[in-house]
Amino acid sequence: MCLGIPAKVVEINDSNLGKVDYLGTKVKTNFSLVDTIQVGDWVIIHAGFAIARLDEEEAKETLDMLREIAKSSE
Amino acid sequence: MKEYRDKKIIRALLKRIEEETQGLPAPVRIMEVCGTHTMTIHKYGLKIMLETAGIEMLSGPGCPVCITPDEFHEAALDLVTKRENLVLATFGDMTRVPTGKGSLQTAIPAHDSLIKIVYSPEEAAEIAKSQSEKEVVFFGVGFETTIPSIALTVKNAASAKLANFSVLSALWLIPPPLRAILEAGETRINGFLYPGHVSVIIGKKPYEFIAKEYGIPGAIAGFEPSDILLGICAVIDQIKQKKPGVHIEYTRAVSPAGNPKALALMEEVLEEKDACWRGLGTIPRSGLRLKKKYSGFDAEVKYGLKISGKTSDQPGCRCGEVLKGLVSPPQCPLYSRKCTPESPHGPCMVSLEGACLIYYKYQE
Repeated sequence: MCLGIPAKVVEINDSNLGKVDYLGTKVKTNFSLVDTIQVGDWVIIHAGFAIARLDEEEAKETLDMLREIAKSSE
Repeated sequence: MKEYRDKKIIRALLKRIEEETQGLPAPVRIMEVCGTHTMTIHKYGLKIMLETAGIEMLSGPGCPVCITPDEFHEAALDLVTKRENLVLATFGDMTRVPTGKGSLQTAIPAHDSLIKIVYSPEEAAEIAKSQSEKEVVFFGVGFETTIPSIALTVKNAASAKLANFSVLSALWLIPPPLRAILEAGETRINGFLYPGHVSVIIGKKPYEFIAKEYGIPGAIAGFEPSDILLGICAVIDQIKQKKPGVHIEYTRAVSPAGNPKALALMEEVLEEKDACWRGLGTIPRSGLRLKKKYSGFDAEVKYGLKISGKTSDQPGCRCGEVLKGLVSPPQCPLYSRKCTPESPHGPCMVSLEGACLIYYKYQE
C-alpha cells in the first residue's frame, strides 16, 4: 500500500493537476501535496498523488557512494 | 535506477555487512517495518544472503490491509450488502480480505449497489460527482503515505459540498505500534529499517524516541536492493559505535522534516484516536478520524456504524503474530497448506505487502 513509484512530470496546470510518464504510460496525477513542481522533475507517485520531489543531486551522491563501495571491495 | 540494482554493488554491500557483523552477537535482528521493504528483500533474494552475512530480517506491522481489524471489513460489507444505491469504492487488496462474513469480493451488493476498485481516493470522489443519485463511500485504508491524499480529497469534497461522498477510514500511524512492540518485549530487535514512503511524509523526528528511550538504532531506507543494504549498513554502524539514532539513507526522497504541506493537511482534517490493530490490540493515539468539522464525510458518523475494532482471526491463522515479528509465515500451520493466495485465510496472504503472500510468492 505504501508502494511509491518514481516517475517524470510531463504536464502540470495551474490547479496542480497534470500527468507523469511512468514507463511510457501517461498517468493522471495530483501535485497539490508538493511544492514548486515543474515539467521534467522526478516525483514519487502514490495513489494518484505526487508525495515527494526526487532530489537528483542526492540521488547522484548516493550512487557515487555506492560505486565507491563497489570499487573498494574489488 | 538500474544501478541501485547492480550486482557488483549489492555484492560489495553484502561483503561489507558480513565483515561488520563479525564480533557482534549473531544474528543481528533487524525489523523491516514496511511491507514494501519485505517485498524488495524477498524479490531480490536478500533474505537468504543477509542470513549468511549474520542478519536476520523480521517483518513488521507495515501492511495497512493486514493490520485493519475484521470489524472494519465487516462494516464495509454491511454497507454495500444492506444499503441500496450505494457505491463502495476501495483499493483492490481490501476486497479479498476474508472475514467471518466473507469478503467484499464474494459479497452480493444490495439492489443498485456495487463495489468499485479504485486506484486513488480522488477517483472515488469523482464517482460521487458524476453519479449524484448514488451514495459513494470510500473505504480508505493506509498509513501516513496515503493519509494526506485522503485528507485532501475530503477537504476538496467539503469545498465542493459533495454531500453524497463519505469515507470509511481505517487510517493508521506507524510510530505508535513500534512503541507497542518494544513495550511488549516479546521480540528481540537490534535495529529498525524505517519505511521510506511513510518517512517522506513524517520525516525522522517521530522515530527518535526509539533511539533515545530504547537505545535501538534505525535507518530510513528506500526500496531498491542497494537502498535496503545501505540502511542495514547504517544500523550496524550505529550498533558498533553504540550511538543509536535515526539515519536517513533515502536522501533522494526523504528530508528530515518530512513533507510539511502534507503534514499540515493531515493536521487540518484529521485528529488522533486510540485504535485497535490486528495482533497488537488497542494502541493509544495510533489511528486517525475526521475532525468534527468534516464529520459529515465520516461514514461511521453518517451511517451510525459502531466499530470497536474487534478482530477474530480465522481459526489457526497466525497473522497477528506475523505482524509483531513473533513468527515468520512458514511457522503458521495454515501457511501454504490451507492458506494460499488463491484461498487466503488471513490478510497477510491477501495484500501485496503481506508477509505471507511475499514469502509464498518468492519461496514456494
